[in-house]
Amino acid sequence: MASIRQSAYPDLLPDFRNLAVMARVLLAVNGLAIFGALFAAPNLAQGLERFVQAAAFLEPLLFVELLAFFLFSRALTRLAFWTGNATAVVLAAAVAGAYHKGVVAIASVPVPGLVRTLVLAALTAVFLLAYFRLHTKAFSPALAEARLQALQARIRPHFLFNSLNAVLSLIRRDPRRAERALEDLSDLFRTLMADARQFVRLEEELELLERYADIEQLRLGERLRISWQLDAAPSDALLPPMVLQPLLENAVYHGIEPGTGPGEVLVRIERRGERVHATIENPYVEAGNQRAGNRMALDNIRERLSLFFDAEASIATQTTNGRYRVDIEIPYRRA
Amino acid sequence: MIRVFIADDEEPARERLRELLGDIVAEVPNVVAGEARNGIEALERLPASGAQVLLLDIRMPGMDGLELARHLAGLEQAPAVVFVTAHDKHALEAFELNALDYLLKPVRASRLAAALKKAASAGAPRREQLARAAGGPREYLSVAERHRIVLVPVRDILFLRAEQKYVTVRTKEREHLIEESLVALEKEFCGPESTHAFVRIHRNCLVARSAIRGFERSGAADEEAHWQVVLDGLAERLPVSRRQWPAVRELIADK
Repeated sequence: MASIRQSAYPDLLPDFRNLAVMARVLLAVNGLAIFGALFAAPNLAQGLERFVQAAAFLEPLLFVELLAFFLFSRALTRLAFWTGNATAVVLAAAVAGAYHKGVVAIASVPVPGLVRTLVLAALTAVFLLAYFRLHTKAFSPALAEARLQALQARIRPHFLFNSLNAVLSLIRRDPRRAERALEDLSDLFRTLMADARQFVRLEEELELLERYADIEQLRLGERLRISWQLDAAPSDALLPPMVLQPLLENAVYHGIEPGTGPGEVLVRIERRGERVHATIENPYVEAGNQRAGNRMALDNIRERLSLFFDAEASIATQTTNGRYRVDIEIPYRRA
Repeated sequence: MIRVFIADDEEPARERLRELLGDIVAEVPNVVAGEARNGIEALERLPASGAQVLLLDIRMPGMDGLELARHLAGLEQAPAVVFVTAHDKHALEAFELNALDYLLKPVRASRLAAALKKAASAGAPRREQLARAAGGPREYLSVAERHRIVLVPVRDILFLRAEQKYVTVRTKEREHLIEESLVALEKEFCGPESTHAFVRIHRNCLVARSAIRGFERSGAADEEAHWQVVLDGLAERLPVSRRQWPAVRELIADK
């Protein structure tokens, strides 16, 4: 269980291009401003008035800051953690200073002094960075936990033992096929035991899917037909590891195994603008749905997607016309 | 020479068992009497095969191994059953509890040999043993004929009525007689596990809730009220006993 204690989660600056991070920044800064205004004013009405006045200065600044951080995001994450933090504070102050200069030059609204603006911007930046650090820390045990759960959800003993049994049956009849099947199994388990906290490229995940599909094909023969629609799949897209494989495993387990006849599983992955869509579809078998474990795998994937992408990923399921379908959508990020 | 029947939905798994049976033939003389890919196929082929031992996968499409075993138990010459499974925690616990034989996949030759010997001498498992291990209700009732098993899907059944030694199973098309007790059937099909598919309306009668179209009063106006069940697509009316009436009315109201 060394992997669990290994909570040395890499310290990382927040992803300033993530919508959820931006939303948190906006909320936190405005919250601070309201608090400050209310605290300094003698009564509620005046406090609100002050906040509104300050907002005229503050809100454009906030957007400029967010824009600056969006642009410099890549550069900042490339720095060492503490250097990155210091640079971020300096960046925040510098942007505030430049903005202050601009406002003084063109507008006639009352503005706070330059030094005060710089100090406040730097302090706010420190406060927010500290908040994001705590936020990551609070979530890293959840990540470790999710990883463990993922491990359990992924190794379905039913699959492992049935696959080993299938390989045993091959050894005398078709030793080469048996060798290949064992190689496929090893690859699958190697990925299973790899670090689940790193992004992988879509092409790696797809290769894994094919290995897995080969093993299932061995067991199920013509009962399993997989239709791959991957022409528009962006092979360089990044995603958390083992997101698609458990879904394909579910599709086979719930949609093919309980059916007496052959069935088709559909795997479709495509890029639409800045989003990557993945769809996995299988025949809906009533008896199949009573089999336990589907929900668990889905919940686990949902959890991991949100840990990796915050609110920018989604997962949805539906049953229509005798087909069960899972749709995943993640932002398109390149390696 | 033990005649062995193999039922498993995966071709490689059947092949592996055939290989192993061949390997142990010197120690335990055996011959493969037949094979099936699912429960229904096994029910069709097994009775005529003369199999003495059935190697039975628990998880099969169409009908799972436990239900299959329960239907086979009605045969005059029911085979001994050795369950085979890759992993099925709950089923295994139930097997242990009810002294049913099982093997884990991948199966070892030595274990298979031991299981065959034991099964051949122990004979077929009892119905009650299997019912307890299964826990849930069956999807079919079965009528065992000499070399054939006739399945009646439970969802097609309108009512079950006890008559002396037998229970009459009534579907829209016809009637079957089965040798089971109405009390056991009530336990299986009137409880929450079967989502109260049936309801007892009389000491001797269980009715499918989905088949009930309504109720009729009978008896002259001066007599005490007496209710009868009106069934979907059947002219026959079934009397509801005074004792069951409140419970029946309540269950129907829930529907």
